[in-house]
Amino acid sequence: MKLKALLAAATAAAALTAGAAAAEQVKIGIAAEPYPPFSSLDSSGNWVGWEIEVINAVCAAAELDCVITPVAWDGIIPSLTGQQIDAIMASMSITEERLKTIDFSDPYYNTPAVIVADKAMDIDATPDSLAGKIVGIQASTIHQAYAQAYFTGAELKVYQTQDEANQDLFAGRIDATQADSIAMADFVNSANGGCCEIKGAVADDPAILGRGVGAGVRKGDTDLLEALNKGVAAILADGTHEKITAKYFTTSIY
Amino acid sequence: MINAKELMQPHRIVMMLVFAALVIWCAVSLRWDWIPKYAPLALEGLWATVWILAVSTFLGFLLAVPLGLAQAVGPWYLSIPARTFCTIIRGTPLLLQIWLLYYGLGSLFPQFPWIRSSELWPYLRQAWPYAVLALTLSYAGYEGEVMRGAFSGVAKGQLEAAKSFGMPRFTMFRRIWLPQAVRNVLPTLGGETILQLKATPLVATITVVEIYAVSSRVRADTFIVYEPLLLLAVVYMAIAGVIALAFRRFEAGAPQRR
Amino acid sequence: MTGLLEVLGLGASAELLSLSGWGGNLLRGLANSLQIAFGAFGLGLVIGLFGAYGKLYGGKVTRDLLAIYTTVIRAVPELVLILILYYVGSDIINKISEALGGGRVEINGVAAGIWVLGVVQGAYATEVLRGAIQAVPVGQIEAAKSYGMPAFMIMRRVTIPAMMSFAVPGLANLWLIATKDTALLAVVGFNELTLETRQAASSTRAYFTFFLAAGFLYLMVTLCSGAVFARIEKWARRGQPSLKGGTA
Repeated sequence: MKLKALLAAATAAAALTAGAAAAEQVKIGIAAEPYPPFSSLDSSGNWVGWEIEVINAVCAAAELDCVITPVAWDGIIPSLTGQQIDAIMASMSITEERLKTIDFSDPYYNTPAVIVADKAMDIDATPDSLAGKIVGIQASTIHQAYAQAYFTGAELKVYQTQDEANQDLFAGRIDATQADSIAMADFVNSANGGCCEIKGAVADDPAILGRGVGAGVRKGDTDLLEALNKGVAAILADGTHEKITAKYFTTSIY
Repeated sequence: MINAKELMQPHRIVMMLVFAALVIWCAVSLRWDWIPKYAPLALEGLWATVWILAVSTFLGFLLAVPLGLAQAVGPWYLSIPARTFCTIIRGTPLLLQIWLLYYGLGSLFPQFPWIRSSELWPYLRQAWPYAVLALTLSYAGYEGEVMRGAFSGVAKGQLEAAKSFGMPRFTMFRRIWLPQAVRNVLPTLGGETILQLKATPLVATITVVEIYAVSSRVRADTFIVYEPLLLLAVVYMAIAGVIALAFRRFEAGAPQRR
Repeated sequence: MTGLLEVLGLGASAELLSLSGWGGNLLRGLANSLQIAFGAFGLGLVIGLFGAYGKLYGGKVTRDLLAIYTTVIRAVPELVLILILYYVGSDIINKISEALGGGRVEINGVAAGIWVLGVVQGAYATEVLRGAIQAVPVGQIEAAKSYGMPAFMIMRRVTIPAMMSFAVPGLANLWLIATKDTALLAVVGFNELTLETRQAASSTRAYFTFFLAAGFLYLMVTLCSGAVFARIEKWARRGQPSLKGGTA
């Protein structure tokens, strides 16, 4: 009897695995790791934040039936090319390197990259002052690419999420971290971020830091790309973008 | 060991040809141009993997002996903590243990400012001590359970004989009990060490740069997904093979009478 | 109760872990973990049963292929296998579907998790079940054959019931591995217990509280499973002479 039940369960599982439910839904991939204030989980398990509202607004404007699908940030581009998701809207900057693999919509926000460190630490955002320091960065980000290119004198520690880097900055294990200015402004105002302050923006290098954040799609997926471009243009034109931004930030981030 | 005659059966030759074709196809049609650039980093990563594996297995085994002994014959105030330790280690995912040690402990540091000026701080701020600690405790937890069985499995008569000769308890432990228990677990040690090898990539999640972290780095830098993973799988298989062979030789060298 | 928690300075933790707080998220994650573990264990058993029969009675090619399967799976870290199977699996399914003229196939997270861990479990289950089948006295199977029982009936009525008692300890171990391996799916972004824990921890900064709470949940699963499997083992051994004081 027991075995029969097990077999039944296993067959059901196998059927599930092969189960096909082809619906015309667009899976918008976001990072499964919280990235406040852009996307984070509330205590009832819902995704909230600036970018989540923008996703919903863009999809509504482009008349797309979107489902938000969290995937690991570190594997988000493979998930897109492997068709687990259809688009990436996870604060991903449009860079030359990424454009070799995927396409991007028009940008929907843009912020500078900054260096954050302990208040007591006397450094700025130049490679010289970071030489010999331990700098934490998130894997697969423009910040990792930038730090590898410029902060050659520093010891780099690569984290899976920016949050873990922040946590280690708080714990004192790293001296500084490079990240997006808005996310870091949120962090230094939080309880744990009280230790630290923004030391300044890094010198710009558009080839690495990109031209703002856009929605990533598979190469050749032109229908979706056009729809998303239309959606982004629409929310920028009708003031929805501004309205959402005003709920979270005091200045424009476009 | 497989001899040449066994290997040269028709179906095996066909399979080997298929396999060779597959390897050639992989070599030709997949992208491997990233290898020269990342080879030095990969070697460093490989060294880190082997080093962490060796240290944590060795220390873990040293810890497993008292854990096994305490559970097998210890008084209750030793056996209960030992059993609890083994249950907790074996009952929770290693990934969670690693994160608890690294981020959990880290989140407590700011409450104790003196930690940063202590002698230990240069170690506490790095990731590898936590990796070694977590893997050591894990190995000790699993192997401690095996050692318990091994200690209980040593024939009582031998111990009684030693006692009747008036052998001191420690000598008895060192000369009779421990060697026999170790010989009992020897066949399982190779397998346990391979399991430990398979646990090492988890420490990449706390910023230790070992071989798995290097493959993630390649993926992040170049967006090449399969090739680094395939090569990584081959590297792990090679290490596992070396471990299996080494333990087989080691085992063959130990006197056995069964 | 609340007073006691306050005294111990755990009031804040208790509030964080309450069901209306993040505790509900953890339990949802646990439900997902268990669902994946159960499915993977079941799929692993099916693969294992076929694998064991293939290894014991299959042709030369089947045996060699199965040997490659079990060796590779048992030598490569689960984390690496999960990544490979996760990306390759959905790629292959979609390519097949496109080749057959079908549309894209939606693969939900739970199904993908079951497939990935099931393939891993299958390799271990193959070995456990092979050992158990071999432990069944040959005479019993020969007796069934001499009565003219068809092969499938022998499997169902003789081999499987007789091997159960040998297989249960190994399978219990596999089930525990399945529950703990679901934690690895956190790395590819499945919403199971470990990822929910990490999300809760990073949202509230209470790392220690949540990691300990998750550890406690996993431990409870282990201990409860241990009790259940002990009963199953007792049931599987019914009618057999006690092993106590024997060779054990």
